Amino acid sequence: MQSTASHAHTSATDSSHGHAHHEPGFFGKYIFSTDHKVIGIQYGVSSLLFLLFGFFLMLVMRFQLAYPGRAVPLVGPLLEYVLGEDMAKGGIVGGDLYNSFGAMHGTIMVFLAIVPVLFGAFGNYVTPLQIGAPDMAFPRLNMASFHCYFLGGVVMFASFFTPGGAARSGWTSYSPLASVTDLANRFDGQTYWLMGMVLLITSSLLGSVNFIATIIQLRCRGMSWMRMPFFVWAQFVTGFLLLLAFPPLEAAGLMQLMDNLFGSSFFLPQGLVVSGSPLPVSGGGSPLLWQHLFWFLGHPEVYVLILPAIGIVAEVIANNIRKPLWGYKSMVYAAMSIGFLSFIVWAHHMYLTGMGTKVATFFQTTTMMISIPSVIILTALFISLWGGSIRFNSASLFALSFLPMFGIGGLTGLPLGFNASDIFLHDSYYVIGHFHYVVAPGTMFAVFAGIYYWFPKITGRHMNEVLGKIHWAGSLFFMNCVFAPMFIQGFKGMSRRMSDGGTTYFGQGIDPGVLKLNNMILWSAVGLGICQIPFIINFFSSIFAGKRTTSDNPWQATTLEWATPTPPPHGNFLQEPVAYRGPYEYSVPGAKTDFTPQGDKN
Amino acid sequence: MEIPYTHTPRPDTGLYNAKVGIWLFLASEIMLFGALFSAYILLRVSAPVGFWPDVALAWPRGLLNIPIGTFNTAVLITSSVTVVLAWAALKMNNFARFRVYMVITVLCAFAFLGIKSFEYNDKFSHYVIRLQDGKALTGHIEVDGKHPRFWNFSDQWSVAKLTEQKVAKIKVEVDPARDINGHPKKGASHQHEVREVAVSDIVSMGSYTPATHPFFAVYFLITALHGLHVLGGALVLGYFAFPGAKMWKSNPEQFINRIEVGGLFWHFVDLVWIFLFPVVYLL
Repeated sequence: MQSTASHAHTSATDSSHGHAHHEPGFFGKYIFSTDHKVIGIQYGVSSLLFLLFGFFLMLVMRFQLAYPGRAVPLVGPLLEYVLGEDMAKGGIVGGDLYNSFGAMHGTIMVFLAIVPVLFGAFGNYVTPLQIGAPDMAFPRLNMASFHCYFLGGVVMFASFFTPGGAARSGWTSYSPLASVTDLANRFDGQTYWLMGMVLLITSSLLGSVNFIATIIQLRCRGMSWMRMPFFVWAQFVTGFLLLLAFPPLEAAGLMQLMDNLFGSSFFLPQGLVVSGSPLPVSGGGSPLLWQHLFWFLGHPEVYVLILPAIGIVAEVIANNIRKPLWGYKSMVYAAMSIGFLSFIVWAHHMYLTGMGTKVATFFQTTTMMISIPSVIILTALFISLWGGSIRFNSASLFALSFLPMFGIGGLTGLPLGFNASDIFLHDSYYVIGHFHYVVAPGTMFAVFAGIYYWFPKITGRHMNEVLGKIHWAGSLFFMNCVFAPMFIQGFKGMSRRMSDGGTTYFGQGIDPGVLKLNNMILWSAVGLGICQIPFIINFFSSIFAGKRTTSDNPWQATTLEWATPTPPPHGNFLQEPVAYRGPYEYSVPGAKTDFTPQGDKN
Repeated sequence: MEIPYTHTPRPDTGLYNAKVGIWLFLASEIMLFGALFSAYILLRVSAPVGFWPDVALAWPRGLLNIPIGTFNTAVLITSSVTVVLAWAALKMNNFARFRVYMVITVLCAFAFLGIKSFEYNDKFSHYVIRLQDGKALTGHIEVDGKHPRFWNFSDQWSVAKLTEQKVAKIKVEVDPARDINGHPKKGASHQHEVREVAVSDIVSMGSYTPATHPFFAVYFLITALHGLHVLGGALVLGYFAFPGAKMWKSNPEQFINRIEVGGLFWHFVDLVWIFLFPVVYLL
């Protein structure tokens, strides 16, 4: 057993242990591993699977919007078979099923796909390597964090098969709606959602404690704060956001759980009437309370979704333009300002709730303030490009197209931050277009850039460049075809909540041309899905048959993760790393090569 | 490479890893309890007037047992002192004394939980009853000569259930009259007047449980969450006192660190109660 287990290890692994080590078996190595790199890969694989699942939910919804009341082709019979006749009779997506797919698409994408892939996968794999640490500060907590995440995912997934189906009150689960969707069955999808969220929040709590402690305590010799790569800074700020913003949602989740299971009235006002009869509860609660607690998490969460993405983009861009990032320090201070300000902007999601104009004015002001550091970061990245000799490989193409895409997403957010214009645009497709520009072509492009960039370090093989470029071009084109029409639909006043895509309002003043855009969006989304096939093929074939890397530092990068053997062994570094210089010493005048690694003494 | 600073402090931060970790965890805990306290404030200031019958105020006051709460506060503070003494005893290399103090700490924790469950029990059998004539009564009830008990959830009574089981009358041990602040009125008798109430006179009734009023919902949620923290802390400290104490022989430095980190958590649990007691019991 000893010999088979060590067989899979590279020779570098064995030489890294000066002393005798217990070789773990299959379970110890891949399921109950405490190695940050294995946990990073576990997070990566699970979150990419959830990403694909969330994408399929969206495809079904887009079909329903484009062709309301028609049976979904291909998967329709499957839906009816799996979810039952009540939910999908004849393969047609009913209103309830649409609502539950909508709620679960949001939940899965945000909490089970994007955050885990950015923070769990890239954060876990890359952060300790970049600061020259042998592992995370608390390896067993790290493992527990992944297991909580996975269990949370299982609970969320299982909720589809409960009687009445998964949660269907939106990913925001606004009360009282979330407490009255299924009065007969208290153990409904919403209860599963809440239990899943408690597990996911526990996971992110353990993760964020671990990340912050690792970055504070385990930086190697010479790795001062201002020598940390921007990616590490982004993870550091993200860690604080997760640490401090998630607990209020946990508190809110417990309160909603009490409302649903024990009949309390935290979020239920007096005199609530549901389907014509008064709800038998005491009342006296406040629906606004839920929204405040939810968005206290919800807004920092937006920056959890974007900061690590910017971190990845900064790494990839600095490496592929062969010159230092322009304004590294400003970027760091901007990231910290974003972190602080993101805690005081939450109520700009609530302008229409009647919380009062004075409060709205305050949050409008802070919202405009937070756009400043975001623009600083984006501007610094754009100026960095000036005069660089840019390498156009798959990773850098994705990173470069992140900049304008995130720019569109950010700028279209300004009208939503203003109280007056938000009242018109709120809850319309404009909002959907805005935040998907931030997260889909924004964050997702950064994720792809990161995968192409760090793949050689993780596997020792390159991904195929031709397939990568097809993936990039197709994704960029179709992403825009999917999300740009939503701005037009939103301006024309199309609500985001209608399961028939607005057909109900046909002939009541809504422009029929706007509804036709639903077809364009559907087929662009299908195209977007097809464009991911080259990526999936590329990903798996490159693991086994990709071009082997010729050195440990194939991109000629400067940061410490490239100073490890490929793939990095348990314990990461063969000898104690030391950081002698800043993270982006590219094209230093007088240097032998156009890059000077952080760990090089001269 | 081994993970550094697991039990020796890093020179520039002056902290070992676990200490950074526990402070970060406590920061997160502050946000958790902070959210609950904020919820308490928001619910209380926005409570509709006349929503609670007994005290002519929107928010029920004076319903919790202040002497018992005060005693429990003293119990927790005592345990906070003994957990420091336990750590100090280890620093002075006196393991026997460490164990004595740790056992006292854990006993205090369980005493606290026992007293708390007595309080809970009292609330589950305490009812507010709204009558047809617009008046309301509060007090413990007796149905068929039996007091309802909380460990039996089927013992919770409602008008519908009383009617269904063909109970015609219940006995109510009516609480003494209260002033506007919820304190017993000056000069009022502290004796419980036992009154028979016909079920047909009752509009609605509910025990002092989360479903009856948001005050109880907040009270039970915060105290139960705090109670879980007490239980968790007691189990961990109990582990350090007995099975986990083997480490004192093999790695005393890290063992002392563990006690310190556990003690920090214990102080936090104590501190939450120091805020919780005045906010929920006294204000």
